[in-house]
Amino acid sequence: MSQKPPTYLGGEYGMRSWLLTLDHKRIALLYLLGVTFFFLLGGVFAVLVRLELLTPAGDLFQSETYNKLFTLHGVFMVFFFLIPGIPAVLGNFLLPLMIGAKDLAFPRINLLSWYIYMVGGLFTLYAMLAGGVDTGWTFYTPYSSTYANSHVIAAALGIFVSGFSSILTGVNFIATIHKLRAPGLSWFRLPLFVWAHYATSLIMVLGTPVVAITILLVAVERLFHVGLFDPALGGDPILFQHLFWFYSHPAVYIMILPAMGVISEVIACFSQKRIFGYKFVAFSSLAIAVLGFLVWGHHMFVSGQSLYAGVVFSLLSFLVAIPSAVKVFNWIATLYRGSISFEAPMLYALGFIGLFTIGGLTGLFLATLAVDVHVHDTYFVVAHFHFVMVGGTVMAYLAGLHFWWPKMLGRLYPETLARITAVIIFVGFNLTFLPQFVLGYLGMPRRYHVYPLEFQVLNVLSTAGASILGLGFAMTAVYLPWSLRYGKKATPNPFDARGLEWTTTSPPMAHNFEEVPVVSTEAYERDEPEVVHV
Amino acid sequence: MVLIHEQASLMSEHGHVLPLRIYFGVFFALLAGTALTSWVATIDLGHLNDAVALAIAGTKAALVILFFMHVRYSSKLIWVFSLAGFVWLVLFFVLILADYETRVPVQGWG
Ligand SMILES: [Cu+2]
Repeated sequence: MSQKPPTYLGGEYGMRSWLLTLDHKRIALLYLLGVTFFFLLGGVFAVLVRLELLTPAGDLFQSETYNKLFTLHGVFMVFFFLIPGIPAVLGNFLLPLMIGAKDLAFPRINLLSWYIYMVGGLFTLYAMLAGGVDTGWTFYTPYSSTYANSHVIAAALGIFVSGFSSILTGVNFIATIHKLRAPGLSWFRLPLFVWAHYATSLIMVLGTPVVAITILLVAVERLFHVGLFDPALGGDPILFQHLFWFYSHPAVYIMILPAMGVISEVIACFSQKRIFGYKFVAFSSLAIAVLGFLVWGHHMFVSGQSLYAGVVFSLLSFLVAIPSAVKVFNWIATLYRGSISFEAPMLYALGFIGLFTIGGLTGLFLATLAVDVHVHDTYFVVAHFHFVMVGGTVMAYLAGLHFWWPKMLGRLYPETLARITAVIIFVGFNLTFLPQFVLGYLGMPRRYHVYPLEFQVLNVLSTAGASILGLGFAMTAVYLPWSLRYGKKATPNPFDARGLEWTTTSPPMAHNFEEVPVVSTEAYERDEPEVVHV
Repeated sequence: MVLIHEQASLMSEHGHVLPLRIYFGVFFALLAGTALTSWVATIDLGHLNDAVALAIAGTKAALVILFFMHVRYSSKLIWVFSLAGFVWLVLFFVLILADYETRVPVQGWG
């Protein structure tokens, strides 16, 4: 037998070979570093916010400083962690492997997208160091226009730039999935992770240009006094919200669809079954991508938008619940009579199902016109979207990171420690955000750091939960790097999963496969026939 | 290499060569559209103002996409994606106008 080719981590060494790499797997690791950095940064701001909220008085920060803290938390978490997180790290690494390709369709564009992402992120970092931004991550006018008193333009420019990284990734994924599938790998044999990323890419390509231009329009108004959003100049501030949410609601699906893709893979593996209702799960991704573009006005029920539009957007928002529920029910049906084991990725995946369901259902409360009048801009909203983004996306990101860690880096993570951490994160998460539903329902508004005494107990609970959650993240940040040196060497398929990525070495070689794989089975097909109980 | 071959086949869809007169024809059509837009702007068509301006702009965009961007000579897949862009634009306008066209002025706020 001939010598095995070196893995993508070996072969070439040195900074240069990494910074100029065209290998999707190395670019994925570059993204992993970038995304982790911005997650830590966003995490630091979250800690400061939660510390301030321990007491009803504003004793740690001035109001202006507090405004900047929650803005920076939101900006870094949303634009530089949640949106690129799963697609740019796991998607980048896995798409070519899952479809039996040697790389993405446009390797150079892939590297370019990382550089653009980093430049955008560092630009925003500069805005932060230069004095910060206080508009909230949504950059609503007139906070960001008439009454802007911070480095809005610099931060917005950073987000504008990083948007192009998103667009390039989307274009790359779409071209790859259309053109580079291995022989025999028809659309309905694709892993659901690939379907999810296809739908995500559509949103990236169709939505991101709109937010980029919107941000540009804010700059145009400020610099050249063209009346777009400022009523004094003949503009309409609510127009900004239309333009912003046309992208930013679908952006939630940029975060959650790849997460759902991860969950499908993990559930199939650890219940040792095919995903129940494969086609429904696949098409529900596309349905979510399309319907997700028709609901943005649910952010604007109390903004001055017409009541008629509110009714339409409310109805359309309810429709998105259908494909989301299709996924949840199909995962549960997959678990039914599955041969389930509770490895760390599975614990995260089960956590995802519960938490995402709560996050999604409370979204329906918010999409109900009259209820929204009561809870709009309260902690109820904060709790809702953290259930979706942290309980959903972050849980799935951790599920995926653990699941493919052996594949990506060739080492097994410490299983027991990882399971304990998963439980800690689940407990910490719930203690942090469940009290916020109650706080919001009782009327505590978001984005204030001074609050009435009656809200203190729940806020203390929330901060306590955040410290447990933080402990969980910190443990992960220690044992994953630790495993790179001390973890057991991974076999090609340590979890007995299905999919082409598990047929090659761990970590894979530079061009992924020794020879082009040929696919002759459905996704998640198990060799042994399923036992039928009569 | 397979990869490079695949990339080449992605590119070849844009390889169609057009005679120059088509490019010039489209160019002058775009200029005419611009002139038309500014001329129409001097006439008050009431509610139709926006519709007419958008119709001209849409036609011009279609010309650019079909000829300058070679979509007319591209595969069905490229057609689907190009049309999707337009469909999305329509969704965008329809739902935004659902707000603007149905707003009720609040008494005392001019
Ligand atoms: Cu939304």
